[in-house]
Amino acid sequence: MSQNDKVSKTIMVFLKQLGINERIRYVGKPLVFLLASVPLVWIVLKAFNLGSSFGANPIEEMLDHFGNWGLRLLLITLCVTPLRHLIGKPWPLRFRRMLGLFAFFYVALHFTVYAWLDQGWSLIAIGEDIVKRPYITLGLLSVVILLALALTSPHAARRRLGKTWQKLHYLVYPAAILAVWHYWWQVKKDITEPLIYAAILTALLAFRAVKKWRKPPRRKRQTATV
Amino acid sequence: MKYSSSHIKPSEITSESVYWNRRRFVQAAIASGTLLTAGAACSRKVATADVGKDVDPNSMTPDLPNVVPSPYSTDAEPNSWRDITTYNNFYEFGLGKADPHKNVGDFHTDPWTVEVSGEADVTGKFALEDILKPHTYEERIYRLRCVEAWSMVVPWVGIQMSEVLKRFKPTSRAQFVEFRTLFDPEQMPGQRRAVLDWPYVEGLTIAEAMHPLTLFGVGLYGKEMPKQNGAPLRLVVPWKYGFKSIKSIVSIRFTETMPRNTWAVSAPREYGFYANVNPEVDHPRWSQARERPIGKGLFAEKIPTQMFNGYAEEVASLYDGLDLRKHF
Repeated sequence: MSQNDKVSKTIMVFLKQLGINERIRYVGKPLVFLLASVPLVWIVLKAFNLGSSFGANPIEEMLDHFGNWGLRLLLITLCVTPLRHLIGKPWPLRFRRMLGLFAFFYVALHFTVYAWLDQGWSLIAIGEDIVKRPYITLGLLSVVILLALALTSPHAARRRLGKTWQKLHYLVYPAAILAVWHYWWQVKKDITEPLIYAAILTALLAFRAVKKWRKPPRRKRQTATV
Repeated sequence: MKYSSSHIKPSEITSESVYWNRRRFVQAAIASGTLLTAGAACSRKVATADVGKDVDPNSMTPDLPNVVPSPYSTDAEPNSWRDITTYNNFYEFGLGKADPHKNVGDFHTDPWTVEVSGEADVTGKFALEDILKPHTYEERIYRLRCVEAWSMVVPWVGIQMSEVLKRFKPTSRAQFVEFRTLFDPEQMPGQRRAVLDWPYVEGLTIAEAMHPLTLFGVGLYGKEMPKQNGAPLRLVVPWKYGFKSIKSIVSIRFTETMPRNTWAVSAPREYGFYANVNPEVDHPRWSQARERPIGKGLFAEKIPTQMFNGYAEEVASLYDGLDLRKHF
């Protein structure tokens, strides 16, 4: 048995001895963190011409990249609840906050690239965009909602807000709808990709609607099922 | 949007542009006279122009012979060969900007035939060489403004369209010229999806086509036109948004009525027939007041867009009396 095999066997044994809580904390969460960081790492490598490099219009590439990943992570975050119900285990919930914060992180980078590199922080140009162009208005609304959700994500905020917290965080649904809509309106000709996101979002929302309709929850547990 | 003759006074345009043509012709004659005496040194200077950093030598096309500089060139610094040949909208080869460069492998541009038809005395199918043969290849460094609010400077090699079109002897009924791109999904993988109404169609008024700034483009940087840039024959109209300059032309038709250009059919609210660069008329989804110059780095600011892309002095008279908000 080689040294490597010994090490991996030891790790396997160690993992088996860990409880589900430890496995999530020491293995699951770092792994999800690393995976969710890949889109950022990829852009950084590109900026240094490692692996691949930016094309003629790096600002456009960065806008698309961060926007796409913000939206994808938002949809992945919305998969947590259905997944939890489908497997009948609560552990996916433990990843939801991190996924949601990553979604906000990429959306914030998308917005920053727009406001800084694309518009040069020109409040006049940005203001004009918001007033004149509905897809920009939708995108900005989504950013504002996600910012509010991100700011109220710490446990302390959750405790302080009490029942208001849950009501506030239901706004993730309009935020996701606005984000998909924003993308749809922005696309010049081929709407395949926004259509895919719209379909996934519809399915995720439909799951929740059906769940609510089929099993009217007991009053006490209503907020916990989402 | 229908062409309405009441908006343009043809008599005015004609007289003005004839006057202007003549003025330019004299200038060009003087310039080319100077060039002839300068001889080969000049053309070599054009052909070996700096093509920018990071050039993949395999992406370079062969040199074109006897290219002479033109007095119509802007003195702006051209974008690199790499930027110009890897950042293209050419939906026949895919919707991404890098797709055309990747997907032109199966596209054959030699031999190439162009069909000339419609309101002209000389019509029929012509081998491309026969169309190009009598004309001088000029290098014309033009600004290029895309409707998506970015811009480049491109050292085109081309021949003045008016000189070519005159040889087909358009009749007095010819009010417009319609151009078509090849339709062949085998060679053009983007055409396998009905993203647009294939083949791509564009058109100009006869006055626009006869304007001395309007070119048939055949090359870049003194070299043959790369396929992703519209080889072997494309339109170059520097005062209009890029989509107007149709690539890989197989048909030239002189018509009495306004051609239905592909983008105007596909999204009439966003793209019109004229497609004149105009900072005062926004695209529904973005402002046209400013543009991002390609190749200036991450932190370069957008620059103000100029009326008719900076060619107003030369072309504004073509649109006298036309409401440019309506006829965008």
